Amino acid sequence: MSEVLTAASVTRRFAPRITLGDRIAAALGAKVDRRPVQAVTDVSLAVRKGETLGLVGESGCGKSTLGRMLAGILPPSAGEIRLHGAAPMRGRHKTTTRIQTVFQDPYASLNPRIRIGEAIAEGPVAHGLVTRAAAPAMVADWLRRVGLDPAYATRFPHQFSGGQRQRVAIARALAMQPEVLVCDEPVASLDVSIQAQILNLFLDLRQELGLTCLFISHDLSVVRHVSDRVAVMYLGRIVEIGEAGRIYAAPRHPYTQGLLASVPKLVLSGDPAASFRPIPGELPSPLSPPAGCAFHPRCAKATDLCRQERPPLSPREDGTLVACHHA
Amino acid sequence: MSGPLLSVRDLRTHFLTRAGVVKAVEGVSFALDRGEILGLVGESGSGKSVTGFSLIGLVDPPGHIVGGSIRFDGQELVGLPVQELRRLRGRRIAMVFQDPAATLNPVLTIGTQMTLAVRAHDGVSERAARDLAARTLTRVGIPEAAARLDAYPHEFSGGMRQRVAIATALLHGPDLIIADEPTTALDVSIQAQILAEMRALAKESGTALIWISHDLATVSSLADRVLVMYAGRIVESGPVGAVLRAPLHPYTRGLLDSLPAMAAPGQRLNQIPGSTPSLLSLPPGCPFAPRCPRATEICRTDPPRVEPPGRLALCHHPLEAA
Amino acid sequence: MTAFWNEYRENWVAVIALAVVVVVVSAALLAPWIAPQDPYDLANLDLMDARRPPGFVGSNGYVHWLGTDAQGRDLFSAILYGLRISLQMGVAAGAVALAIGTTLGILAAQAGGKIEQAIMRVVDLQLSFPAILLALVLVAVLGQGKVPLVIALVTAQYAYFARTAYGAATAERQKDYVEAARATPLPGRRVVFRHILPNCLPPLIVVGTVQVANAIALEATLSFLGLGLPPTEPSLGMLIANGFQYMMSGRTWISVYPGIALIILIVAINVVGDQLRDQFNPRLRR
Repeated sequence: MSEVLTAASVTRRFAPRITLGDRIAAALGAKVDRRPVQAVTDVSLAVRKGETLGLVGESGCGKSTLGRMLAGILPPSAGEIRLHGAAPMRGRHKTTTRIQTVFQDPYASLNPRIRIGEAIAEGPVAHGLVTRAAAPAMVADWLRRVGLDPAYATRFPHQFSGGQRQRVAIARALAMQPEVLVCDEPVASLDVSIQAQILNLFLDLRQELGLTCLFISHDLSVVRHVSDRVAVMYLGRIVEIGEAGRIYAAPRHPYTQGLLASVPKLVLSGDPAASFRPIPGELPSPLSPPAGCAFHPRCAKATDLCRQERPPLSPREDGTLVACHHA
Repeated sequence: MSGPLLSVRDLRTHFLTRAGVVKAVEGVSFALDRGEILGLVGESGSGKSVTGFSLIGLVDPPGHIVGGSIRFDGQELVGLPVQELRRLRGRRIAMVFQDPAATLNPVLTIGTQMTLAVRAHDGVSERAARDLAARTLTRVGIPEAAARLDAYPHEFSGGMRQRVAIATALLHGPDLIIADEPTTALDVSIQAQILAEMRALAKESGTALIWISHDLATVSSLADRVLVMYAGRIVESGPVGAVLRAPLHPYTRGLLDSLPAMAAPGQRLNQIPGSTPSLLSLPPGCPFAPRCPRATEICRTDPPRVEPPGRLALCHHPLEAA
Repeated sequence: MTAFWNEYRENWVAVIALAVVVVVVSAALLAPWIAPQDPYDLANLDLMDARRPPGFVGSNGYVHWLGTDAQGRDLFSAILYGLRISLQMGVAAGAVALAIGTTLGILAAQAGGKIEQAIMRVVDLQLSFPAILLALVLVAVLGQGKVPLVIALVTAQYAYFARTAYGAATAERQKDYVEAARATPLPGRRVVFRHILPNCLPPLIVVGTVQVANAIALEATLSFLGLGLPPTEPSLGMLIANGFQYMMSGRTWISVYPGIALIILIVAINVVGDQLRDQFNPRLRR
């Protein structure tokens, strides 16, 4: 299987913006926090042709930042993103159209003042994928394919429900004829019944178009449902990556184990108390991540080795990569 | 004291908006015993939150309770003066919101806020109030509670803030806590901690809990009984295991089948077609009829009748109970 | 649009204010046709008619409903023509300041870094001292006349637009739809002109409305101080100044009526601007 989209040791830091006011405050003796936040640290991974790679983790783990780097929207501070060996960005600007993104909040990701027909057509027209004259037919075709009435092309986003807007957002991304689709929490803001519709649409279109996908979500059951492989992130690093079925059936990293155990399952009979088990402790601040293995303060298996030395992401016999001294 | 702690009959809450009357809650009836955990499940616009707010008189205009009865420990709450409702809210009924920022004042320390809350209803000393605050924080799993009383809300993480909000709700040992999507904004590992603590608290203290959520799995792992709401009505209710194992209402069935966990990975989910109807223009018959695979002519014309309590499904053609 | 008007209609004060603005603007536009006298035509004026009280019937047979000024001009006509000049100056200055300020503000937000710092620090500096001071200096340097006056007004006011446009553009740039546009990627020009700019317009329209009123007031102040337009084409400020010397002698109407006209216009524009701001502000929406 060929690798389509790769990240090689990418790191992303966000330096706090130091304004003139901050400088004056600092000169007057105030404490101004200038520590950069390291959202993603030294991540390497590859998305293979035709697969869907799921990216899971809790808020602040860096999954969205990694997703935006892979989508070519955010340049890495260090390391390289490559699409078939070529950089998707020049400087701060995205250059490739072969990667497209579906964002989390369909209320925010559509411009309220632009009719959805124009929203779908503007990218393809700007890049010469379709002529201006042929654009309305293409828009109608895409609206139909995402399950909307082609007559809706002249409507504004506020005339649609959340689920319908997300269909528009999917049509807008796919009208660019991408090879890779990055979905950043595409169903997180939708109701359960609408979420199912959008997931079905995603599954259908993915198969029909042979898309390669990166699917970012905090919802473990959604990721399980759509992904071939899964990467689990904790505090800016990947702690486990491998085939979805194997990771869900037999997680190796204690964090993956804890995460999977903490999700309440649907209890149809028996003891509801057994349906989930919390991970103790709090997520550490990304400003000062713990030394050694970042998970050690919450880990039952932690030893002195874990407190001192960070475990590398290393392969196991079944191909899963795990970053743990004891798994 | 005999009889249920809370008994709601035919509650109707409407919003008189510019566009028309939004019947957010339309004929909701249920009862709740002491120490019972009731899950109130539905999608956005189902009326689950408005139901919760109606119970404690916190519906903001243009919303109004236009009919029905809410009896709490024998006392009728509908029509009760604002002052009395407020007293009840502080002492015997507490509310936990999705966003703890709605409860916590950003410019006061946690300790100040909690002692103010205690002393507003109990004439105890400052010191006693602080002690109570510290003990309550410990109960919801906040380490070094006494020291953290002097911290401001922004110094806590989201999960910790929600615990503080829950602790504030617990201060007076209320008989009833209404929690509106309290863990929706939290990460799963934190949500699990709070779920575990809530369950323990309800069992230990005999506090009744109404847990409003869109998440069936969370409710199934916490609640004793579940009410499923759709378009302002309770469409199904019963013991949580029975309802989820063998739902009677096609909507409940559809909701369960929409969960990715219910299908094999990569397979299409058994989705409910269409979208939730606008509460401004509900169909004349069953509000779920346009999306329902079992709908017949009668569903489109006659609203289904409410059956006596127990295991209930608001449906002309309920599924077979297993 | 209909919904917008329906909401506007709920505030009857704003509706009256809008009606006043419409009436005043049309009166000013139609001044040559509805004014009883052409106040600029010196041949029309008779010094015998000077400083006559309201209701006086002049030598030329006109009824001077608002009286006459020191040159024997019909005050009602002079006010209509004065409104014309004041509105011309206000709208011209407002429009040019809007164009320049918006360009600078959006450029600063879009460019970032040194350009942003340079533009916004100048803007901040300018906002930190009174507009009138700057306008006075500029008029003193550039001399009298319409063009120098507009330049002075624009210089004094563009900073408000720049600040507003910068704030709005910075807020819009954070939004997901702009990120979505860059993720497509759409050309930078299209992102700015089709996506960011239209979403920045509501606050700019509000500031624009209020700044037109401010420009009118500023122009009136300069004219009152004798630094505005030449006395042959008196604006409202000049009319007020001309009558000022007669206030003590009981001939108050020469100043008072132009003053009332000025106040009504400025208040009405501000009320309309306030209502627009309330309607555009999503936080105040129900």
